[in-house]
Amino acid sequence: MHELHLLSQAVLEGKEDEARSLVQNLLAMNVNPSRILNEGLIKGMDIVGEKFRAGEYYLPEVLLASKVMHSAFDILKSRFVDAGIRTRGKVVMGTVKGDLHDIGKNIVIAMLEGAGFDVVDLGVDVDSRTFVENVQEIEPHVLGMSALLTTTMPYMKEVIEELEREGLRKRVKVIVGGAPVNERFAMEIGADGYAEDAGEAVQLVRKLLDVKVG
Amino acid sequence: MLAYSSPEEVVFGKSKHPVKCGFNVVIGDGEVIPEVNFTLPSVKVCRDNLREIRKLFRDITTRVLMKCVELSQEQVVVELEHVFEMTQDPQFGAVVTKDIKETMAEFHEKYGLRSALRVTVADIRHRTRPPRMRNGEEVEKVFESFRMCADAGADILSIESTGGKEITDRAIVEGDVEAILFVLGVMAIKDMEFLWREIVNISKRFGVVPGGDTACGFANTAMQLANMGMIPRVMAALVRLASVPRSYIAVKMGAKGPLKDCGYENPAIKMLCGVPISMEGKASACAHSSPLGNIAAATCDLWSNESVQDVKLLGGNAPEVFTEILIYDCRLMNTAAKKSRAFEFRDLLVASDKYLDPQALMLDPDLMYRAAQIVENVKDPYHQVVETAKLVVDTILQETKEGRLRLTDSERRWLGKLGDTVYNMPSDWGEILEYVEKRYEGFFLMEEYGLP
Repeated sequence: MHELHLLSQAVLEGKEDEARSLVQNLLAMNVNPSRILNEGLIKGMDIVGEKFRAGEYYLPEVLLASKVMHSAFDILKSRFVDAGIRTRGKVVMGTVKGDLHDIGKNIVIAMLEGAGFDVVDLGVDVDSRTFVENVQEIEPHVLGMSALLTTTMPYMKEVIEELEREGLRKRVKVIVGGAPVNERFAMEIGADGYAEDAGEAVQLVRKLLDVKVG
Repeated sequence: MLAYSSPEEVVFGKSKHPVKCGFNVVIGDGEVIPEVNFTLPSVKVCRDNLREIRKLFRDITTRVLMKCVELSQEQVVVELEHVFEMTQDPQFGAVVTKDIKETMAEFHEKYGLRSALRVTVADIRHRTRPPRMRNGEEVEKVFESFRMCADAGADILSIESTGGKEITDRAIVEGDVEAILFVLGVMAIKDMEFLWREIVNISKRFGVVPGGDTACGFANTAMQLANMGMIPRVMAALVRLASVPRSYIAVKMGAKGPLKDCGYENPAIKMLCGVPISMEGKASACAHSSPLGNIAAATCDLWSNESVQDVKLLGGNAPEVFTEILIYDCRLMNTAAKKSRAFEFRDLLVASDKYLDPQALMLDPDLMYRAAQIVENVKDPYHQVVETAKLVVDTILQETKEGRLRLTDSERRWLGKLGDTVYNMPSDWGEILEYVEKRYEGFFLMEEYGLP
């Protein structure tokens, strides 16, 4: 259908007004909302993802496309809520205590949101109590921790230990990342996974939650 | 009037205004000197294990200085870059400063090793969001940390300040060049003026050298994102050169150099006012990758490894291994100078990197000189930033057209976008302030920058 193709193009080119207008037109034409989502919006995001991996698109273009997709999806949302469809999963993220670096964490959050996850950002310099309280309150599927310093990465272990003390560890998957962190360290401290970069983090969360793509 | 009448006069090891400090160290007086920076291995930093931390710092310093003695290196600068806790608890940072300085004194006495200690206080003001840059508890701790470290033996004071970073961290990943230029030309300038006025006062009071600042939080963030393919390299190049007016403010407020190693914008500031500069390149691969390994050395006075953690390698622990690498790099540059071949060697350093990446092109002394001229001749920092950004776009376009610099199609597309933005920046920054206020609402506090 030509309008669906135009919708995926609007996402690809970051044209918010055009995408919203196309969604409204498609609904007026009685096109099934699932079809609008899958063959228009998600198809557009898939192409954006391919272009990013090929080095043709950069993060600003991915974020813009994601914003356009979410804006256009808002129009469809009520139809999906009525049908009982939920998001792919909840993630809580934070940079650990003593560490003020957050750009890497923010990129991971943006990519996860673009992939359909609900993410709560706890910010930087987050202590173990705050992590634990948010796990209790939000009940996320995944807790992500970031550290950029060799002197702050040991704190990740303290957070995991506190989760264990509070009896929460089995209820949440824990993933870690950051420049000095590696797979071995992640396993040593008892995390469920490690991601080298934002793209890997999305794959890791999908894998841990057994989310099928597309 | 610039400190040099042409870029051809500017070379490594020599500055117009050398700095004397520490145990008879003279920086920028004809010799490139290693600046060694090290950090702790994976260890928890807190009061509970202060004894262990102090021992680690003493041990690392001893090994670094011993390597200098073994390799007949006569002068060295050691940098202690605070981790968060050392500034958050100023006494903590001061105790470590004192330990390192005492170790340096022992080596001076025993071996005659000439050394100086740079202490870089952590800018912990962005701990709170939105950050309290002027009025919070954190800023008091930053200044107290400077005072206590100066009193404890620091010879040079520095900081990697972050005024405006709460906006650029988002603006860079979203490709919002308008906001980036606004931050570099207005917010960061106001913050640098505020911060460096006090750092210079503290330095005078304690008789230490106010070193310099760096646009690390802006331009190096962009460089790392470009290295990962997250943002275009041409955009990272633009952020780099547009950072010159911002980092120059430290010197305008009274900083004397050596400017901080990770400020790749430093050559333009050396050209502007003749202060010695520290630079980092290939020997800082231990901390991060860059496309600037050789060209960064072209006009340096200190040659640094940025930061390395104390881990065991086959050749020894990393800090002394990287001390050795720096010593040999410096020895080669200094030998070239002694043989009257410094300029020839400088040109090789430049030529080896210049056209392989637009970010390397930014460090070409000719281009740095043109950026320095803009800062000298254009009326205010905001317009300096905009004109510098235009220089970046025009230069990359020219070098690409003439086939010396190659860009991918996506990089070319972005170069076009950058050109459209920088050539349409409003003359009055007040117009962008409205836009930034709206788009970044909740990210920053106007009063913390003295904005209307």
